[in-house]
Amino acid sequence: MRKLLFQSLFRRPLTEAVPAANDAALAEVATALGRVARRRLGRSLSIREIDAGSCNGCELEIHALNNAYYDVERFGLRFVASPRHADVLMVTGPVTKNMRQALERTYHATPNPKWVVAIGDCARDGGCFAGSYAVVGGVAEVIPVDLHIPGCPPTPTEMLKGLLALMEQADAVAP
Amino acid sequence: MPSLIDLMLEGRKIPQAGPWPRVVVDASVWKFAASELEHGRWNLLGLWAEPSTVHMAIMDERTAEVAIVSLDCPDRHYPSVGEHHPPALRLERTNNDLFGLVADGLPDTRPWLDHNRWGMRFPLGDRIDALPTPAPYLPVHGDGLHQIAVGPVHAGTIEPGHFRFTASGETVVRLEERLGYAHKGVEGLMAGASLKRAAQLAGRVSGDSTVAYSYAFSRATEAALELVIPDRAVWLRALLAELERLANHLGDIGAICNDASFALMHANCSILRESVLRASNSAFGHRLLRDIIVPGGLTHDLDEDGTGTIRATLDNIGARFPELVELYDNTASLQDRTVDSGVLKSALARQYAAGGYVGRGSGRPFDARRTFAYPPYDRLRFEVPVLNEGDVNARVWIRVREVEQSLSLVEQILDRLPEGSIATPVTQRHEAREGLAIVEGFRGDVLVWLRLHDGRIERCHLRDPSWFQWPLLEAVIENNIVADFPLCNKSFNCSYSGHDL
Repeated sequence: MRKLLFQSLFRRPLTEAVPAANDAALAEVATALGRVARRRLGRSLSIREIDAGSCNGCELEIHALNNAYYDVERFGLRFVASPRHADVLMVTGPVTKNMRQALERTYHATPNPKWVVAIGDCARDGGCFAGSYAVVGGVAEVIPVDLHIPGCPPTPTEMLKGLLALMEQADAVAP
Repeated sequence: MPSLIDLMLEGRKIPQAGPWPRVVVDASVWKFAASELEHGRWNLLGLWAEPSTVHMAIMDERTAEVAIVSLDCPDRHYPSVGEHHPPALRLERTNNDLFGLVADGLPDTRPWLDHNRWGMRFPLGDRIDALPTPAPYLPVHGDGLHQIAVGPVHAGTIEPGHFRFTASGETVVRLEERLGYAHKGVEGLMAGASLKRAAQLAGRVSGDSTVAYSYAFSRATEAALELVIPDRAVWLRALLAELERLANHLGDIGAICNDASFALMHANCSILRESVLRASNSAFGHRLLRDIIVPGGLTHDLDEDGTGTIRATLDNIGARFPELVELYDNTASLQDRTVDSGVLKSALARQYAAGGYVGRGSGRPFDARRTFAYPPYDRLRFEVPVLNEGDVNARVWIRVREVEQSLSLVEQILDRLPEGSIATPVTQRHEAREGLAIVEGFRGDVLVWLRLHDGRIERCHLRDPSWFQWPLLEAVIENNIVADFPLCNKSFNCSYSGHDL
């Protein structure tokens, strides 16, 4: 273990350069934030992830956000274990009928101000599962959504761009 | 001892079904098959339904023979297999939820996927209005027991499912799983779908196994249509499957250690996993290799740059992985958590025909790549690692050995990759044709059975390996402490979406 730790002192970091905030996401978020309560967030956001019925592809890429290449914590973005600790709910999947109530309850358990980010094509409108007897549809059918990040699944870089846009705006509207 | 072939002679063989036979049998033969399963002579590979038929896929492990037996049940009743062979229990509860087919004698008739939220019952059979169907949890009796309810929204970035623990102090005395939260009705969407749409759906049954599912779906389609695909596509499919296996095993090894709070392994394994995803992206245009395998071949060829990137990435993993394995092996505090935790007995693994690292960590030497030797694996050199301990540690070591095997397989494939085209046009047939395929995904054997008619899917069943692994997790957690559940759970890493479908 010492050898590995020692090597890492000299190895160059793997971390990617900061991507520019996504313009489309910026525009979407700007309108959303006008509506919500304003509060200085101390340049950080706590994120609670909810799988509302995804195929787990989006989860894999959300996991990747925490690896050494993307390292979301350097931006003050942190995944938390409870909705009660969260500023942002990151929701994946077409919302299944079996998950609808759990999603609603999680949303109501999250204190204001809060933002909802829908991750992936299914979270927008149900994707290829739309129309099934077991699927409600996109996340917005159940709870208000502030930002969509499309993709099947979106790459970690795309998710990072969207989240950075959310942060920039959250800071900009803070008093 | 009767062989599967004897059983086949008892029934009416369905024409135009491949590559394994399907026969329609009567209730006495169906019951006989259930009793053979009960006595451990055959393995249950799947049990699924149509509006008035039940099907059961059976394997004779000694001879690697596979067959599907079908029973017509116009009165919506059939003799329960689960009554004699518990691995069929949840499958039969599902047949009732989706089709309204009743397994007579089934000891547990509570709904499984149906949470009474669909606004109807029997969505794939004769639909009726929803009726409240009680689904009580199993009763527990004893002094000082308490219950812990977890999920469906978990503390980590995990799929939805509910775990009801009953604990005595810190020790789990019973775990009851409740799944179905991710049920999207995939098999309902499949019915009537075009091949293109069906392939897209198949690749989204379980995101981490997107290659395995599109591989199995495409092979089943090609078996039904008796389609021969170009050699280059055959070899590239195996390359994709091994890249998927590598990425998932590397991620799992790190994540299991992380659940024992050993973050250093997790950080390093995540870097290696990411390198596989990046190589996949630059070689095939998608990090998870989604929608690359389609009926008839592939949608994306591998060029020289892609080959170079994959080789360089695997060389790097080959150089760096051994020191991580050494770190795992030499960290006593980590071994203290993984050794002897969550022991799965070999007898249970065999009874449930558990696939993947769950089965192979508990002495069941089954690997679809070896047992069925589908091409190109019949021409590749690889070992199937097997351990008998059955603990978390064994499941980690199976993954470690399989990473090494996959590195070697990728190298062999790249060295011997045939030239030529990567796809053949899919010619549709007017008549009904059936195909079955079993493909080894990273988690275990994925089974796809389908019937095509006039270029469309009439019925498609996709069986995730998790069906025969989830029930075993309930067994292995008994007498472990609650705090070891995440560790045991991650060492199984069952799919919620693949199971819930």
